Amino acid sequence: MSIDELFRFHFMTNALEAGTLVALMASSIGWFMVVRQQTFAGHTLSVIAFPGAAAAALAGAPVFVGYFVACAVGALALSAVTGRGGTRSLSHESAAIGSVQAFGLGLGFLFVSLYHGLLSGLESLLFGTFLGITNDQVLVLLALAVLVFAVLAAIARPLLFASIDADVARASGVPVAALSTGFLLLLGLAVAATSQITGALLVFALLVTPAATAQLVTPRPGLGLALSVAIGLAVTWVGLAIAYFSIYPVGFWVTSLSFGLYVVVRIARTVTARQAVTA
Amino acid sequence: MFGHEFMRNAFLAGTFVAFACGLVGYFVVLRAQVFAGDALSHVAFTGALAAAAAGIDLRVGLFAATILVALGMGMAGDRARADDAVIGSFFAWVLGLGALFLAIFTTSSSGAGDGTAGVRVLFGSIFGLSASEARLAALLGALAIVVVLAVARPLLFTSVDIDVAEAKGLRVKLIGLVFLGVLGLVAAEATQAVGALLLLGLLSAPAGAAHRLTANPYAGIALSAGLALVATWAGLVISYVVPALPPSSMIVSFAAAIYLGAALLGRRAEIPKLESVS
Repeated sequence: MSIDELFRFHFMTNALEAGTLVALMASSIGWFMVVRQQTFAGHTLSVIAFPGAAAAALAGAPVFVGYFVACAVGALALSAVTGRGGTRSLSHESAAIGSVQAFGLGLGFLFVSLYHGLLSGLESLLFGTFLGITNDQVLVLLALAVLVFAVLAAIARPLLFASIDADVARASGVPVAALSTGFLLLLGLAVAATSQITGALLVFALLVTPAATAQLVTPRPGLGLALSVAIGLAVTWVGLAIAYFSIYPVGFWVTSLSFGLYVVVRIARTVTARQAVTA
Repeated sequence: MFGHEFMRNAFLAGTFVAFACGLVGYFVVLRAQVFAGDALSHVAFTGALAAAAAGIDLRVGLFAATILVALGMGMAGDRARADDAVIGSFFAWVLGLGALFLAIFTTSSSGAGDGTAGVRVLFGSIFGLSASEARLAALLGALAIVVVLAVARPLLFTSVDIDVAEAKGLRVKLIGLVFLGVLGLVAAEATQAVGALLLLGLLSAPAGAAHRLTANPYAGIALSAGLALVATWAGLVISYVVPALPPSSMIVSFAAAIYLGAALLGRRAEIPKLESVS
């Protein structure tokens, strides 16, 4: 067992390349998602990826097409139910999101039932696999990552402004509603890309946990974003490496690593805060 | 249709589960705890698969996990609600654990076809309930219904205005804890009927529709339970008539359709005011 062994097989280098691209996208978009408090919406998008993939399998189309179409449609649907801006009613909004999510999952299960052959693949749709990632998939992910980062770089500043204080941003001429829809679409893209590696249910490990950890450490946007990306990359690489040598699924390792890190940082924060009070 | 035993069992269990989900769901939406319900549904999955991996009855793991975690959330959350990002980080990990137990379970059991246990937990198997399982589900559903109805008034009060409720001497924290305990029980119940992934639909869609249609809390509670029943019965019937359509998908689709209808038709009802409670 040595580190070199990780790079000996083609499927493993593909997995590492794909994992890197996915971690970059998920943890940077995720940072904005946590700032905007759209965690529930993000979870719903990640869950909607599943019926998309199942529908694509049923129709005989490539699975990744299903991921992207479903996430784009889901993002637009969510922005239609929630994105009014102004005073949002938390109760109504969360009930709406919950209904969209459950309906999506119900559809997914329906498609899986109609397409009997998929049942064995259901686990990997939900919990991911890092085996058998093709060169083409890596190229598609690379193109997507470039697109996502170009858009994000262009809208980062107004988006941050609108996320922190929507009313002031609107008053100073920032197109808050358009930004909100655009961000959900971007989130949908990142989720669809991540789903292919981590499965629909475990996207969250890369989307929310690194961002939440980064926000515990620093409130500064630039630093927080960088930290979130660094954590996302680290847990993906280490998770893939451990999964290669162990018999347990990669999803378990990635989620456990990122959550473990979150808990450690949280405890460290509490301890230092106590010391600051007593000192 | 009722000549078949599995349909009688499904209707018995489904009726009580739906009624309990509708009742509890009304408060879940009112207290804006839908995301917590979502998290509990993932806990249900992991609990059941942990039991499967350990070789004990799935339901033991299911009920133990959801009720303990629900109470834990109540303790940790204090009066303030836990941050979405915290809940999200937590349940991403819980799902990862679930994937681990699924892997342990499928690799350790030699018999083929055991991989379907994971699917059954995620998406339910209401047509597969035995008579005794259905009776137990009905009994636990009834228990949840009785508890919620017993605490309905103080629970409404604390949900609508926690500060005034506390000032009037209500034991806000205890009521919140009882509520979360019942939510855990109902989540475990509903997992058997519609599965861990779909129970959110039964919790949030009928309740969301009821909130859209009326601002009167008591009418809303009744409406929410009624709509959940309608969705469940309709889903069971259509799935019986067209066997290719799985019952859990149909139940949740009907619930979502009801919500959509209420959102389009209903005026945007206000969240209940304090005066309407007392």
